[in-house]
Amino acid sequence: MWFKRTKEGILTSTADKKETPEGLWYKCPSCKGIVPTEDHAKSLWVCPSCDFHERIGSDEYFSLLFDEGKFKELNANLTSADPLEFSDSKPYPARIKAAIATTGLNDAIKTGHGKMEGKEVVIACMDFKFIGGSMGTVVGEKISRAIDYSIKNKRPFILISKSGGARMMEGALSLMQMAKTSAKLSLLSKAGLPYISVLTDPTTGGVTASFAMLGDLNIAEPNALIGFAGPRVVKETIKAELPEGFQRSEFLLEKGFLDQVVHRSQLKGRLSAFLRYLSGPVSKN
Amino acid sequence: MNYLDFEEPIQKLESELANLRETAASTGTDLIPAITEIEERIKEKTHEIFKSLSPWQRVQLSRHPDRPYTLAYIEALTGGDFQELHGDRNVKDDKAMIGGLGKIDAYNCMIIGQQKGINTKMRQYRNFGMANPEGYRKALRLMKMAEKFGLPIICLIDTPGAFPGLEAEERGQGEAIARNLIEMFQLTVPIICIVIGEGASGGALGIGIGDRVLMLENTWYSVISPESCSSILWRTWDNKEQAAKALKLTAEDMLGLKLIDGIIPEPLGGAHRNHQGAFDQVKKSILTHLPKLLKLSPEKRIKERIHKFESMGVFNE
Ligand SMILES: [Zn+2]
Repeated sequence: MWFKRTKEGILTSTADKKETPEGLWYKCPSCKGIVPTEDHAKSLWVCPSCDFHERIGSDEYFSLLFDEGKFKELNANLTSADPLEFSDSKPYPARIKAAIATTGLNDAIKTGHGKMEGKEVVIACMDFKFIGGSMGTVVGEKISRAIDYSIKNKRPFILISKSGGARMMEGALSLMQMAKTSAKLSLLSKAGLPYISVLTDPTTGGVTASFAMLGDLNIAEPNALIGFAGPRVVKETIKAELPEGFQRSEFLLEKGFLDQVVHRSQLKGRLSAFLRYLSGPVSKN
Repeated sequence: MNYLDFEEPIQKLESELANLRETAASTGTDLIPAITEIEERIKEKTHEIFKSLSPWQRVQLSRHPDRPYTLAYIEALTGGDFQELHGDRNVKDDKAMIGGLGKIDAYNCMIIGQQKGINTKMRQYRNFGMANPEGYRKALRLMKMAEKFGLPIICLIDTPGAFPGLEAEERGQGEAIARNLIEMFQLTVPIICIVIGEGASGGALGIGIGDRVLMLENTWYSVISPESCSSILWRTWDNKEQAAKALKLTAEDMLGLKLIDGIIPEPLGGAHRNHQGAFDQVKKSILTHLPKLLKLSPEKRIKERIHKFESMGVFNE
């Protein structure tokens, strides 16, 4: 589930930003190397020393993938309701309100359409910083509508997953988003349109057990955690230590669940190449 | 007979009844009026307890050790006219997910479901009803076969979740469930899914895409078990009752949220107290829905199936 708080990644990325006389610095949680944040951003938030891929959000991915960072957002105004009237340490609506305030996002996904290397595409991208990238109704609905848009306009669909799984505060409604998105993907597939799933750190739970694993092509960023059950749960189940690299991108590639592991610096070029191949027998460029 | 904590008053009366019967038998005394009175009181007490069950009590009932499991339902639904089919044609035969060909009334069907064990040894053998990827792939293989021969599919759901083991992850538990979801939406034959016990998360949904999704009265269906929900929210299993309530996981809640199509009533006191009564209700329900579904064209069924699931969820716009 989404709730497991991680030590690495998005939390450290802000926590480790230190003000120094020379400006802001980024400390890599993997190799502990230090780079100016400006340079870190220029290297697409990948550590220049060890290739650690820092977690980034939809804004970063959209600026990276869409030509000149230009896109039209779809269904930006959808926000979560509280059908279960769920409350734990705070009521769900308060949690949503707080997440919107701190992240500047409306929910854990952004969807948009625009050009990538000159070709029209629809891209959906999850945001981990919004309640752990958890999938509630809004996430499911925005993905569904983005796929509808793809089908209607005959455009390839790319979905970048980054999620702890289903959003507990929406109970079975969040579970059914797995079904809803898969239903739409079955229609996209019937329409003969390409779907590329990009799995990034982390992709777990219900997201892995639905759209993230259903790409015509499944590709992942290096060393991303990808699994159905979280590592802690697996460890409790087998009552033993997990093998090195378990549930990481390279492990899944080896086990046959990914087509490629792609470095972030090559992501746009590779996605574009895939779509060119899939555009039909006679190459258009 | 096993009794849950809240069934204790019933247990007390039933042991009184047993004693009376024994006395009557051994002494030859006429205790019929007393026996009838206790029988009446048992009925009243059961009615009283079952008319206001809490969500957590429903969860307890869904896991009642005397509750019938998938194979028992199949035996009853088909009157024994059933042939189990094994294996995913790839890795192995998953004992936690069973399936096969059978005849329910006039209908040849493919029947699939998670299977729990009836005793300690069998619980191990059935992996507590927690399927591995092979189970989901076997289920899909059988569903595809059903499609090829135009047979309706009946899925009986009863699982505490998909197995979260090391090998399950290596062999793509997530992919296996995801594949079933997308494939089930395009199957041309009717699909009826019935939650007969526990409907835990993706493990349940993996065989849960149906033209009709029904729940027995004392079952639950949600994204997470109340215990796990409690441990995440409160770092302890102690708040499972509160979690069960918060998750809105009962059949009534699920129907209210428009996530299922109907509730199948259980006999008084629950399916575990009257197996045959539960089997009859399930059979009746299948025979009500199946002819209606068979009348629709495959295109219309698929369209309606997709439309139902795409309407699920609540949000602001
Ligand atoms: Zn580094």
